[in-house]
Amino acid sequence: MKKDYLYLFVDFISKLTSKENKTYFFSGIILFLLLAPFIFSAYKVQLSFMLILILLAMTWDVQGGQMGYNTFGNILFFGVGMYLCASIQIGMFFPLAEWTESGGEKTFVHSTDQYFQGLFVGLIFAGLIPPIIAGLIGYGILGLRGHYFAICTLGLGIAAGELAGGIELIGAGQGMTTPPFPKGLGSLELRSQVFYFLCLALLVFTFITLRWLYSTRFGLVLNAIRDNEDKAEAMGIYTMRYKISGWMISAFFVGIAGGLVGNIVGYIEPIEVAFDGREMGVFMVLMTILGGKGTLWGPIIGATAFHIFKESFWSMFLGWQYVALGVLIIVIVIYFPEGIMGYLREKYPEKFGEAVDEKDRKAQVTLN
Amino acid sequence: MSILDVNNVSKSFGGVKANVDISIKVNEGEIVGLIGPNGSGKTTLFNSIVGTHPIDNGSIKFQGEEISKLTVPTIAKLGLLRTFQQTRIYGKLNCVQNLLISYKPEKENINTMFSKIPKNLNDKAEKILEFVGLYQKRNLRAGDLSFGQQKLLELAMALMNEPKMLLLDEPTAGINPTLINGIIDRLIRINKEFGITLLVIEHNMKVVMQLAQKVFCIAHGQLLAEGNPDQIKNDKRVIDAYLGAQ
Amino acid sequence: MDFLIFQSPYLLFQASMDGILLGILFALIAYGMALQWGVMNIINIAQGELVIMGGYIAYFMYTAGIHPAFGVIVSPIIMYFVGVGLYKLVINKVVDRDLFISILATFGISILTMQLMNFAFGADVVVAQSDFGTLMLFDNKVTLPVSKLFSAGVAIIFAIILVLYMKKSKLGRAIRATAQNARAAKILGVDTEKVYASTFGINAALCGVAGACVAITFTLHPYVGLPYTVRSFMIVIVAGLGNLPGVALSGMALGLFEEYADYLLGTEFRIASVFFLLVLILIYRRFKLARTREYLK
Repeated sequence: MKKDYLYLFVDFISKLTSKENKTYFFSGIILFLLLAPFIFSAYKVQLSFMLILILLAMTWDVQGGQMGYNTFGNILFFGVGMYLCASIQIGMFFPLAEWTESGGEKTFVHSTDQYFQGLFVGLIFAGLIPPIIAGLIGYGILGLRGHYFAICTLGLGIAAGELAGGIELIGAGQGMTTPPFPKGLGSLELRSQVFYFLCLALLVFTFITLRWLYSTRFGLVLNAIRDNEDKAEAMGIYTMRYKISGWMISAFFVGIAGGLVGNIVGYIEPIEVAFDGREMGVFMVLMTILGGKGTLWGPIIGATAFHIFKESFWSMFLGWQYVALGVLIIVIVIYFPEGIMGYLREKYPEKFGEAVDEKDRKAQVTLN
Repeated sequence: MSILDVNNVSKSFGGVKANVDISIKVNEGEIVGLIGPNGSGKTTLFNSIVGTHPIDNGSIKFQGEEISKLTVPTIAKLGLLRTFQQTRIYGKLNCVQNLLISYKPEKENINTMFSKIPKNLNDKAEKILEFVGLYQKRNLRAGDLSFGQQKLLELAMALMNEPKMLLLDEPTAGINPTLINGIIDRLIRINKEFGITLLVIEHNMKVVMQLAQKVFCIAHGQLLAEGNPDQIKNDKRVIDAYLGAQ
Repeated sequence: MDFLIFQSPYLLFQASMDGILLGILFALIAYGMALQWGVMNIINIAQGELVIMGGYIAYFMYTAGIHPAFGVIVSPIIMYFVGVGLYKLVINKVVDRDLFISILATFGISILTMQLMNFAFGADVVVAQSDFGTLMLFDNKVTLPVSKLFSAGVAIIFAIILVLYMKKSKLGRAIRATAQNARAAKILGVDTEKVYASTFGINAALCGVAGACVAITFTLHPYVGLPYTVRSFMIVIVAGLGNLPGVALSGMALGLFEEYADYLLGTEFRIASVFFLLVLILIYRRFKLARTREYLK
């Protein structure tokens, strides 16, 4: 009899994550992530990006997978967070307009204190303003359903990029640079390490928040909205509150992520970096579908797999990246819409606590 | 004591007059039947009552309060629920979850939005599932149930919400005939034991006769006749409406 | 904001004329999108790329020494087969499924073709010179490139041809039947596969015609497809499926809007204003429907 290696693997994972072993499992992962920048020291920046991608996938899933609202617009919060954080980092100490005009860091230099103060305040606003935006436009935009919502958010994301490309203050089409790491403090190594750990902290915070969220009534309401929004309303649920709150939560994490990425990349360009609908915006959707919509770990698996694949093969596809990406999207969406987690769930329902006795499934209902 | 007061309600869709000047009164604790040939406007009337669409004319009062301008969730929160002819359930969730999410917290605030679902609700959900005969299937995905089973699930979900009045849209349509007596029994118990007023659209005359104390007949969007089941059964206008005579 | 346009009647006339002529072209592309949305329930995000592709065919002819005006004949023929090919490769697998899947799948096609065109034709902005000359009106205060008239004229002619074809031909009637009720049509013997493939092919052909016009009248670049997609989407949701006069009017209105926005806000905000308009239209629709407690389906 052939060994079902996949089953053995899934079995192994479920043993790792069982109640007794759970703490060890998570501690192990945290430990690994803490040591990773030292083990893979040449890949610190890529690791940071991987963490960010995981975050973007997980937050997309709140709307896309859990609630059934496929958004192409979360990139809006990413770009806003990025520009806002950088603008505050600079604007707190120097005139912003002059910075962007003159190519910034050559004329104005941040002291160590200024740098970290600016970063701290900048990230706070990157987390504060996007949810407010989500709250303001949510009532209008989340009132749309299905593909209208999808295309409207696509328009939003791109409009934001085009708009940012026209504003002189933040560098218009040329974009702007973020403040460089204070020279006195140390090498590029230290900089990458600092931002890696910031990204890690943000991701852990996101994971804990979303994990908690899905265990509350809120999570179940999101699923109800996905499965039958009209029914949820007919049962007395004020769906708009939940839709907007969910979007605000995503906006919060995505905004801060944007602020961090702006600093890691060092250069904010409106369409290629900040409101990068074509790459980051699409990746968000693709990774989550790949890993499995509507599950906690699906986006994580999808983002990790996607990132590793991309980093390994992107240079192989040099020049043909978007062709490869386009083909990948088509293949995943047509043949693999349930993703990895979905596929495993169908195959081994008992590992997910969803097994039902065939006897129960086939039983006739009787009412005596 | 009237719990639902529908007065001169009219509703048109484009040129089609779905409901014309309909007045219906349901008293608290009653089981009232709503019958009429296909396309007579029964479901439209239900939709008007629960707020799915605004009405063109008239007034609808629930427990003395005017509800014709309120939205669907608001009306549902007041205790007026409905089930659907084409069943509506949460397909990817299992039956227990379908019920858990149907529970109505007293207040809807930040606390209840983000709190964990109380453990005792699980027991309540399982009891109700047992009541409708779905206990064995409680862990199945709702989307995997048969049409009739989904109807029972909808009923269970409504019960979980503890409504004061329930509008049922063809509760026995598509149900295995062997189960119909059981359903009638359950509906009567819901009415007597839980005190829920019922307004039931039905095509199955035997069911209407057994269930309802009062029956309204609608045809061509208008109220044709009202009375107790025996009166309606023998009403010539009702018979004509069903048999298609002018 | 630059209000010059309202101060000079000549500028206003220029913008209006440009807008209407442009809008007729948009309407043609929108008609194609409405066709496949109505028949196959597909929203084709790659619509703009099909237009650009059609444009490059005309440009290629131009570089090969053939007058690009013939592109409006050659391009639709080639694009028809491209459309049918795309259908058989990808689209037929997403026809019966969720609309969002078709959005994602056509999105994949769009980024794929964007880069392929980039390879084939480079990232420079190009024009297929038609040398049609320019008319000068009102004492040289208003310029009217003949190519714009040509494009509008071609668009109108093809629209008329298509409407007649849909009404009179066997395939046209089969397409309309399938749009109304695919299952019934199938039972009555219509080959729905062939209908779907032809519909997508016709849409691609329409994009080809429009693209050739764009190549002659405006400019081509591998990455400017998406705005065309968004424009046609907007026109379709404003006009509704199956409302050809509405599509024409909405197209012209959109053309006008764009030209005015160009003058008022500056060319760098032209595209942004198109996308913003999309968001505004959808939100307006959403609130209008909410009055009757409905939502956009």
